[in-house]
Amino acid sequence: MIRQDGPGNRLDVDAMVEAAISAGEAAIEIQSVDDVVALPPRSPFRIGIRRFMKHRLALISLIYLALLGLMAVFAPIVAPANPNAVDLTSLRSAPTSDHLLGTDSAGRDVLSRIIFGARVSLTVGTAAAVSAAGLGTLLGLIAGFTRGWVDTIIMRLVDIFLSFPSLIVILLLVAILGPSVTTIVIVIAFFEWPTACRIVRQMTLALREHDFVLAARASGSSNFRIMRRHILSGVVSPLTVVTTLLSAQAILLEAALSFLGLGVRPPQASWGGMLNEAQSITVLERFPWLWLPPGIAIASTVLAINFIGDGLRDAFDPRQTR
Amino acid sequence: MTAVAQNRTIAPLLAVNDLHVEFRGDERTVHAVRGVSWDIRPGEVLGIVGESGSGKSVSVSSILGLLPSPPAVVTGGPIVFQGRDLLTMPERDLRAIRGKEIAMIFQDPMTAFNPVRTIGRQIAEAIRVHDRSVSRSTARDRSTALLAMVGVPSPEARFNQFPHEYSGGMRQRAMIAMAIANQPKLLIADEPTTALDVTIQAQILELLEMVRKETDAATILITHDLGVIAEVADRVLVMYAGKVVESTSILPLFQSPRHPYTLGLLGSLPRVDVRMDSLYSIPGQPPNMALLPPGCAFAPRCSLSRGRSECRERPPELTRSGDSLSACHFVAEMDQLTRTVSEEVGTDIRVGNE
Amino acid sequence: MTVTKTSVANDIHARLEPGEELLRVEDLAVEFPIRSTILRRTLGTVKAVAGISFDLRAGETLGMVGESGCGKSTTGLAVLRLIEASGGSISFHGHNLAAMGEAELRPFRREMQIVLQDPYSSLDPRLTVRSIIGEPIRVHGMAEGKALRERVDQLLELVGLRPEHGSRFPHEFSGGQRQRIGIARALSLGPQLLVLDEPVSALDVSIQAQIVNLLERLQSELNLAYLFIAHDLSVVNHISDRIAVMYLGRIVEVGTSDELKTSPRHPYTRALLSAVPVPDPTRRGLGRRIVLEGDVPSPASPPTGCRFRTRCWKAQDICAEIEPTLDGVSTHIAACHFPESA
Repeated sequence: MIRQDGPGNRLDVDAMVEAAISAGEAAIEIQSVDDVVALPPRSPFRIGIRRFMKHRLALISLIYLALLGLMAVFAPIVAPANPNAVDLTSLRSAPTSDHLLGTDSAGRDVLSRIIFGARVSLTVGTAAAVSAAGLGTLLGLIAGFTRGWVDTIIMRLVDIFLSFPSLIVILLLVAILGPSVTTIVIVIAFFEWPTACRIVRQMTLALREHDFVLAARASGSSNFRIMRRHILSGVVSPLTVVTTLLSAQAILLEAALSFLGLGVRPPQASWGGMLNEAQSITVLERFPWLWLPPGIAIASTVLAINFIGDGLRDAFDPRQTR
Repeated sequence: MTAVAQNRTIAPLLAVNDLHVEFRGDERTVHAVRGVSWDIRPGEVLGIVGESGSGKSVSVSSILGLLPSPPAVVTGGPIVFQGRDLLTMPERDLRAIRGKEIAMIFQDPMTAFNPVRTIGRQIAEAIRVHDRSVSRSTARDRSTALLAMVGVPSPEARFNQFPHEYSGGMRQRAMIAMAIANQPKLLIADEPTTALDVTIQAQILELLEMVRKETDAATILITHDLGVIAEVADRVLVMYAGKVVESTSILPLFQSPRHPYTLGLLGSLPRVDVRMDSLYSIPGQPPNMALLPPGCAFAPRCSLSRGRSECRERPPELTRSGDSLSACHFVAEMDQLTRTVSEEVGTDIRVGNE
Repeated sequence: MTVTKTSVANDIHARLEPGEELLRVEDLAVEFPIRSTILRRTLGTVKAVAGISFDLRAGETLGMVGESGCGKSTTGLAVLRLIEASGGSISFHGHNLAAMGEAELRPFRREMQIVLQDPYSSLDPRLTVRSIIGEPIRVHGMAEGKALRERVDQLLELVGLRPEHGSRFPHEFSGGQRQRIGIARALSLGPQLLVLDEPVSALDVSIQAQIVNLLERLQSELNLAYLFIAHDLSVVNHISDRIAVMYLGRIVEVGTSDELKTSPRHPYTRALLSAVPVPDPTRRGLGRRIVLEGDVPSPASPPTGCRFRTRCWKAQDICAEIEPTLDGVSTHIAACHFPESA
């Protein structure tokens, strides 16, 4: 029988190469006890941040989203016009100096509606993702750590939620709760928490096999303490990746809902709602400013979020922070 | 020691000249192998001893072109095998040599075997890859015979089993069978017994000895275990931080070590056959291979160096000292150091003097 | 720790004189169920530890040596109640730990700690060294703030590191240094007993000696008892006062390290000793090596009678029928019907 001993000298060429490289990238080498350490301690978190910064696409995306967020917050100041102000003299008019992106079928300034629409998308994206992640993490941690029948119950719950036919449930919930931003956030969190839960549970299962958990138990730490102190911090990094992806999904879902008229109701501006205009061939062909701006807005935001997710995934790659 | 090994005028089977291997990472470059030269003669057993970071495994994998090429950069050479330079050889020719003229055995047999194919078929495959004329049934017979030769019980039945159905020791035997299937001239064994229980290790070492006698292959044995080296090697290279620090025949290594690192290794081994008061511990840690000091890489941990400037400024070259080659500026003071360490340990470290 | 003998509740924290019995394990058994994956039925059990007894005295090192599957690591974990035993008693200062719930066990945890094998997974990579070492102290509420800081600094120096190293993270240290941190953590509560599960196996040879020397120094300074579990007979022999040799869930021989080295009584011990490669080329070919046939049998279905008989060159009929019990002269006992003569 093979035992797991020895200084890890498997001739797994990839592992050897990785070991060689990560040895080179280690912060400082404490050669002997007498070394005076000049560099500040580098926590795995800071190492992750540094690596994220190297990911140019992710960095650009982060800046883009930050700007978008600022724009959404200061919308009343930034927008050239009131997004709901109707100008009956120019219905569906092409871009002019007054209306940089033209006007829609009700004579409202498209640019202002885009700017205010960002509020809806970003709110939904953040709130839904954070709620889903929060609930998913809580249940995933408990399921993965305690195992046994608690784990089984939670996992069956996840399976049930994942097997709901989404469209029907959405229609039901919207009918019951009435269409609004809050409804959408709840509905989306409803669909997204199982994904987060599964991932967190998976990570918890892996982490609890580590020796430091055994050592913590030997010291007399309670399960709760171990979960809080050791497992949670280990889970946070991949969780940020998952959360960004969930928020991208949430934004897309919101757009779809609003497009179908099930989400944010007009006259409130929302990118999905604006896309609603694009249902006729005439509009598609002759009035591109009605649907291109919201389409690009949605696509670019989701893309940016995905790039950030990529950057985070590379930054917190568990291989490197041993 | 074979008669062949004693006769050093015979041409070497494999000669490595000034090998350098670097790994280029994002931030730093790791100099894993920094100018290593050695050779091995037909039928000889060469032991390469070193700890993590010594470069022993990396240098040997580069012989067979097994390192992925970014990030590894292999320079220097030539590595001459049967008159040809392995470093500049095209991949096709290298593949013809791997598994036929030169075969390799790893620490973990699971990396050598495909888990979803039977062991027997994999050995048969290894035979047929190098000789298309061999028929399936002949290859099967030969594989079964090989399994029997390496001591796998019920070889006909075992032929059809998968790697996970073999125990660790048996997998190692199967890997040896696959390695010798094509009668290689050179066998490279990288930590072949490190992951095995000691009684199984004894079996495998015995098997390797038998295999060597039968095939007359030269063997390179890489290990961190000086006990294993003492059992089987004719000559030994001691590597530290990517360089060879001592190169000698087996007896002189243990009777009069010519490098403080070798002495440190010998003194730090607890022994079942000899009484030791305490272990000698080499202070400090193995160096960071991306941030090597300018002079001798061992100097920060060396009791012989005592901070002398030659050690800190000039890397020592491998020079002759008695029967050995040693890379140390103060090799003349080794006898004194050996006595000091022996006193600390409570027994004469040099073999044959208890 | 002040010694108070006034109430039963306090006596577990009292330091014993060297040589006094600290831990007594009797008939310890640990079973793992074999489950079929589909229905999760229990198909059978693996008796990883099949009824072993030993004792450990204050200030001494008892080595436990054996190969894969012998149950030595399982024993170590079971003694600390990190794995549930399925039978037997574990007496610490006379109290049976095997029967206790987690709450009752808590005060005992201060006296018994563990040092683990893998320096890379035994330290939480996200915590500073200071937090890692200080955690047990915080868990037991034994100190906080400045007092805690000072204690951690003291521990760092005890294991050969510096207080400045406390604010760093595990990945900044080498394997040997991480083991030192693990040892400092184990010592933070001031235990009387340390279970060391393969503490040096994952380290380079030159670093192993450093850690072994450190452990010996700490033992004499702090009057610690060690249960030293390892597969490397050379290391175990060097550091231990007495050694228990395990095979397939049973102890087959116990003796002082000298006794085992010079006159092993059980055939397995003899084979184990002779299999260790000795760094002395002049001994080559002396033919003293015993090479055992075959592999270790599966712990799920051990041989009847003596478990070692399938690989033993001395096996007779009686070996298959009756399992031998530990027997012998004073400290040196072996479980064999035909033990080697002294």
